[in-house]
Amino acid sequence: MAFLELVGVAKNFGAVRAIKGIDLVIEKGEFVVFVGPSGCGKSTLLRLIAGLENIDSGRLVLDGHDITQLASSKRDLAMVFQSYALYPHMSVADNMSFALRLANVDKGVIKEKVRRAAEILNLTAYLDRTPKELSGGQRQRVAIGRAIVRAPKVFLFDEPLSNLDAALRGQTRLEIAKLHRELGATTIYVTHDQVEAMTMADRVVVLRDGEIEQVGSPLDLYDHPANRFVAQFIGTPQMNVIDTAELPALRDIVGAAATTDGFIGVRPEHVLVRPGGSGRLPAQVDVVEALGADTLIYANAGGAGRSGVTLVAKQNTRTAFRVGDTVGLDIAPASFHLFDRQGHALAVTH
Amino acid sequence: MHRHFALALRTIAAWLVALLLMFPLTWLALTAFKTELQAIAVPPQLFFTPTLENFAEVQVRSDYLLYAKNSVITSVLSTVLGLLIAAPAAYSMAFFRTRRTRDILMWMLSTKMMPAVGALVPVYVLAQSAGMLDTLTGLTILFTLSNLPIMVWMLYSGFKDIPSDILEAARMDGAGVWGEFVHVIRPLALGTIASTGLLCLVLSWNEAFWSLNLSSAKAGTLATLIASYSSPEGLFWAKLSAASLLAIAPIVVFGWFSQKQLVQGLTFGAVK
Repeated sequence: MAFLELVGVAKNFGAVRAIKGIDLVIEKGEFVVFVGPSGCGKSTLLRLIAGLENIDSGRLVLDGHDITQLASSKRDLAMVFQSYALYPHMSVADNMSFALRLANVDKGVIKEKVRRAAEILNLTAYLDRTPKELSGGQRQRVAIGRAIVRAPKVFLFDEPLSNLDAALRGQTRLEIAKLHRELGATTIYVTHDQVEAMTMADRVVVLRDGEIEQVGSPLDLYDHPANRFVAQFIGTPQMNVIDTAELPALRDIVGAAATTDGFIGVRPEHVLVRPGGSGRLPAQVDVVEALGADTLIYANAGGAGRSGVTLVAKQNTRTAFRVGDTVGLDIAPASFHLFDRQGHALAVTH
Repeated sequence: MHRHFALALRTIAAWLVALLLMFPLTWLALTAFKTELQAIAVPPQLFFTPTLENFAEVQVRSDYLLYAKNSVITSVLSTVLGLLIAAPAAYSMAFFRTRRTRDILMWMLSTKMMPAVGALVPVYVLAQSAGMLDTLTGLTILFTLSNLPIMVWMLYSGFKDIPSDILEAARMDGAGVWGEFVHVIRPLALGTIASTGLLCLVLSWNEAFWSLNLSSAKAGTLATLIASYSSPEGLFWAKLSAASLLAIAPIVVFGWFSQKQLVQGLTFGAVK
């Protein structure tokens, strides 16, 4: 049973088609992440759902009601903004209770709800402060608290972690995921960070140029990308995607048909680096990045291109290879992806 | 030594400029308490026995309180009316910008660049055929209209400084346009709203052109009262000064108390 349904939703800004007809069904309780490079329309799509922008064509159905034309204030959605957008003149408690006070909820009930939310978010000691007396992380939690006291039909998050430093971002990411598990609320989360998408989502919606490239569970996207864009957007470091015309030898090595024309994709962890002389694809080490847990080895395998074809290999052991060493590359069996010239994924029979 | 000298020079210069600026007002205030004879004495007397007879005569001859009441009514009403019209306009321009917003703002301001006398005849004829000559309604409407451009501009620049995210958050929290205004814009832009109102009040109080041309005995404001002392019976400096002092005193006192708000509002957004 669809809880939130987008039917052919489109939005233009002047002559620019920002959102080009999106169809999407979101189930109750799902955690859906919109991800894509900047300018892909993910934030616009969220604002269309929130009612902060008008939908030019298409329909939006929430819980059986058409809300396409409904004002934001009547949609019963809560949003956490990238800038937090706290009311600067109100205390933390007033910020969190604003929606309930507008709705004339009983004072005792409001107090109890704010108290509970503050407890969950570790804000009890700060209820009387104003936003400017709080740290970035605390403001972020107030913004989340403002959303959860309302128990809305859907939570909308617009890049909520991008103003936090790296350590706090990881921690808040976990907290939001935990919160979702406890509350079971339907959530739409916009981010440009594919790690956030992979770690939090039940389903990820990958967007590019106002269109959906692929929808699926995080691992589904990782293992079965629908096209070259998704393949390279999901996963760090990026998947190696090599033009068969530039390195024909790769066809044999991965085991693709000799007639294959297009691109071969191999994830860095599936590129195995052997000492020179062994391995099926001779190459020269360009760069070694030792990250501690992982080691990335960039190896140039020559080929038809001007500067040759560089493959990146990722391994979880340290390496003795140095820049300039000659090595041999192998590709883990049954691990490659094929894309045609347009970038669409082709079926692979491993 | 050199620095002290420079400081002394600057202090003297500042005092000179201040005295120069204050001279007409000081002279006015002094003359108001002189007899007509003392007022025209050459050389002017700095020390004399002050008298209140001019003030009494002004009240007897031309009912100061009536003019004062008219001034209060027209300036307060035009301020309230102006805020009611300008605030929604500024709201929509600040938060729902279109390609034409800038042009409309410039156009509104440009109407202030036209000399008022250029519109005198049409406005006079309009007021006459609407039966609004020498009425408080007519003056209030005119004051409101002539202050609107500056009010919209001031409110607009104040509102613009409120991040639109905060308004959107209020919208998501269930606030309609009215709720947004009352709970978010009003508290955040209180300084701007207050200074806009104050400025409009002062401008309306000081307005002379339209009140001189469109009103006389019934709806005349204090500006017309002063003017009535100037020529018809020759110049009576002492009484003219007394009338002027009476006319400007309320607004000077008012301005003194609200100068902080005024300055804050006029420089809003300038230092950020």
